[in-house]
Amino acid sequence: MSDKNGKSGPGVRGRVVQLWKFISRPSTAALGTLLAVGFVAGIVFWGGFNWSMEMTNSQTFCITCHEMEQNVFREYRETIHFSNRTGVRATCPDCHVPKTWIHKVARKIRATGELFHHFAGTIETRDKFEAKRVQLATNVWREMKETDSRECRNCHNFDFMDYTLQESRASRRHQQGIEEGRTCIDCHKGIAHTLPDAAFEAWNTMEAALRTEAGG
Amino acid sequence: MYKIIRRYSKLTALGVLAVLSLVTVTALSLHGTEKAMAQQAAGGVQSLRGETDIPDDNIAPVLPRQDTQAGSFERAYRQQPPLIPHKIDGYQIDRAANQCMLCHDWPYNVDQGAPKISETHYVNRDGVALDEVSPRRWFCTQCHVPQSNARELVKNDFKSAVDLE
Repeated sequence: MSDKNGKSGPGVRGRVVQLWKFISRPSTAALGTLLAVGFVAGIVFWGGFNWSMEMTNSQTFCITCHEMEQNVFREYRETIHFSNRTGVRATCPDCHVPKTWIHKVARKIRATGELFHHFAGTIETRDKFEAKRVQLATNVWREMKETDSRECRNCHNFDFMDYTLQESRASRRHQQGIEEGRTCIDCHKGIAHTLPDAAFEAWNTMEAALRTEAGG
Repeated sequence: MYKIIRRYSKLTALGVLAVLSLVTVTALSLHGTEKAMAQQAAGGVQSLRGETDIPDDNIAPVLPRQDTQAGSFERAYRQQPPLIPHKIDGYQIDRAANQCMLCHDWPYNVDQGAPKISETHYVNRDGVALDEVSPRRWFCTQCHVPQSNARELVKNDFKSAVDLE
């Protein structure tokens, strides 16, 4: 194993050439062996990938960061999505991570930005977090507007609602909502976390911006 | 020693039993005097806990359920703040935001088909009309409250202004 320079051991160039040869030349192993090894390796790598992605998809993982545990998680503990009469609980990823695989991966890739800000300490103190809250809330609202509140609808589906069982106001407004093509977040804001200062203004600005984007 | 115990085994058993019962009786009577002394110390005054002893748990009263209805509740007199006929559990009313405003503040009330806040609520204490709810009217639940058909805490013969006429 000596390359053209005559030095002992392969250089970087030598390694690349070696790798290329390994990939480009047919293997001496039998096709059955290759398939079997590939099959097992596929299970290990693909399964491992999905498994580790699911590990990051739990409330326990979310609140390992103090930014989440000390702000949004504590607010959420007071709300109906944490504790309610039927005992059904929606945890962080249920609302903030899409269920469908492709959207989930896209969200996970965008989450690297959140990792960066965690280590940069962008919202490391309560004051810093409060100062950023409007912006952070608006990001989530915008996402929910754009996806037609997809994560809400994993559990709350207009088609599955019995409007006769709803309170008179809720029943009327929900049915109007369907007709007008509204989405959950249009009305249900600040239900799992505290609303920021000047929340309504921020919402109106965001909605107007979305309308102009759609308009042209 | 062992042999002696074996020989008088019945006697030993009796002895042990006697000692045990004596201890129990003493402990029980001591406990009784303690209780009586505690009651005397309180001067015969009962706390809100009633007869329930400190280590024991009271039976929690049943929480009355909120009454909701389509439309609004009737007012009992002209100046009465309108009552809240829907659930407001977990509504945020604080320095940062007031979730009631999402439906009851103009112009949101038009879209939501909800009653608009009275114009008096937009006037501050200096009589200046504002474009948003005056800070002194911010905390809705100070005057506007949800209803429950609970038993009256104090017996009374309140009649509404309409009934009095």
